[in-house]
Amino acid sequence: MSTYSLSDGLASGAPRTSRALLLATWLRESGVGVLASVAWIAFGLSCLWWEDVGDWSRTHSLGIAAFIIAAVALFGTVGADYLGSAGQALHKRAPWLVALGTLLTVWEVATAKFAWLPLPFFPPPQAIIEVYTDDLPKLLDSVFASVKLQLGGYLIGATVGFLTGVSIGWSRAIGYWVHPVLRFIGPLPATAWLPIAFFTFPSSWSASTFLIALATGFPVTVLTWSGVASVSNAYYDVARTLGAKPSFLVLKVAIPAALPHVFVGLFMGLGSSFAVLVVAEMIGVKAGLGWYLQWAQGWAAYANMYAALIVMSLLCSGAITLLFSIRDRLLVWQKGTVKW
Amino acid sequence: MVGAALAEAITHPAAGAALDIEQVSHAFDIDGAELPVLSDVSISVEPGEFVALLGPSGCGKSTLLRLVAGLDKPKAGRLREDEERIRSPHPSRVVVFQDPTLFPWRSVWDNVALGLEAQGILKRQRQRVDDALDLVGLSSFRKAYPHQLSGGMAQRVALARALVNDPKILILDEPLGKLDSLTRITMQAEIVALWQRKGFTTLLVTHDAEEALVLANRVIVFSERPARVKADIRVDRPYPRHRGDPYLADLRRQILGLLGLDATW
Repeated sequence: MSTYSLSDGLASGAPRTSRALLLATWLRESGVGVLASVAWIAFGLSCLWWEDVGDWSRTHSLGIAAFIIAAVALFGTVGADYLGSAGQALHKRAPWLVALGTLLTVWEVATAKFAWLPLPFFPPPQAIIEVYTDDLPKLLDSVFASVKLQLGGYLIGATVGFLTGVSIGWSRAIGYWVHPVLRFIGPLPATAWLPIAFFTFPSSWSASTFLIALATGFPVTVLTWSGVASVSNAYYDVARTLGAKPSFLVLKVAIPAALPHVFVGLFMGLGSSFAVLVVAEMIGVKAGLGWYLQWAQGWAAYANMYAALIVMSLLCSGAITLLFSIRDRLLVWQKGTVKW
Repeated sequence: MVGAALAEAITHPAAGAALDIEQVSHAFDIDGAELPVLSDVSISVEPGEFVALLGPSGCGKSTLLRLVAGLDKPKAGRLREDEERIRSPHPSRVVVFQDPTLFPWRSVWDNVALGLEAQGILKRQRQRVDDALDLVGLSSFRKAYPHQLSGGMAQRVALARALVNDPKILILDEPLGKLDSLTRITMQAEIVALWQRKGFTTLLVTHDAEEALVLANRVIVFSERPARVKADIRVDRPYPRHRGDPYLADLRRQILGLLGLDATW
């Protein structure tokens, strides 16, 4: 009996209910994607609907770009089944697209259209876009200068710090001499050396490289040292009974065992070296993003400052991502490492 | 694993070395005070013998093994391997510790290859690593990392890491102490099989009288710290041995009596 009534129901009522059900499922699956599209359409409209209160040349293009993003979000959501991993990636990021679209709309309305936030301290999105399109060469030069300075100083600092750390951890005699020096100089913020460094070194570039290396070297040294010192004696015993010579004990036992610590040091060194880089560029070096920030402030070019800050943040974050991916590659044997 | 087939394999004669421990005394310096751990210990081990060192926990058995391995030097007395004075560690005397102490950053294969790599002969003799892994039945785990292994598997890798060097004296420092009882019984059989097949001299520190009697053909009982040799017992029974063997049960009672546990057993 029950089977009959069930199939009856299926025969007559099914098409309508299943269509409604399908729509509901689709909305649940894709609702956020559609909402993202709506948010970006709102942003586009907010660009084009009202007149700007100031003189910005990229308002129109920005509005068009917002519509294009909205269209991509919409088609990506509707056609997610045909897009494979790209569709999935979009689906995962849809809530962020909604948030960004909303934020940009509010920002646009509050600055360019009604000036609720005081100009020129709060430039609208199109002003920042304008910096990227019109001041690109200068910005790129600054990026290259910063990356060059940072990379040189960081690599020197990391190498010296690593070698010093291994030496103190391994040799009591070296530790006797280096440890007090490290304790005296290490905790001093590298920026405190700025005035001395800038007139003792032949160029501001070499002075900054030294300071960045110093800021990197201290944490790398201390953590490498503690890593080497904390290696279990049992590992050395095992290696020695298997015929290991002292060089093998350092290179194949102490260093690999200390590597997780070393990467913590490299991470901390990266953070403090960013700070030194920016300060050094603001004070002495005549190039780089820190200098660009300082220059922009001098001209009250706030849009340029925000533009440079965004680039700087992407670079720093990118550097840390790179460091973590190197670590993940070298330390595959570790379980439960922090994901960046 | 290392099954019965290996147990039946022909015993190689004279692949092991003789070991002479002559009037060895040792002490630790703890905060300036001297704590004696070994007192005038003399043991002479024939090539290929399986000797179990039994004694109360903390009596100094493991210290004696460290001296045999050459990891520490005795305060008095001499140790010799085939008439040659033991002064430093050498891959002909390999230790398997209670903890497997595998290097967590190396795969199973690389852990086993450690000794050959340290001696600089790995490139020419990679086959020996594969053979050692075969021997303990872990060939399919060559790419695994230590944290992916069970306790018994990790200890097998440690055994392979020792055996790959073809030691003349295998030093086992309670290697099965932390394993569950089933894995323990399996691995006891495997150790006997490997010993019979390879013919190395074996020193086993244990505090389990039954384990000593099932594995060794000589059981040396130590006193409380500072350790002295209290008894030297021959176990003339063929392998594989049975735990229920009345002869072994009798010896076990004797040994527990020597350790001061006769009342409870």
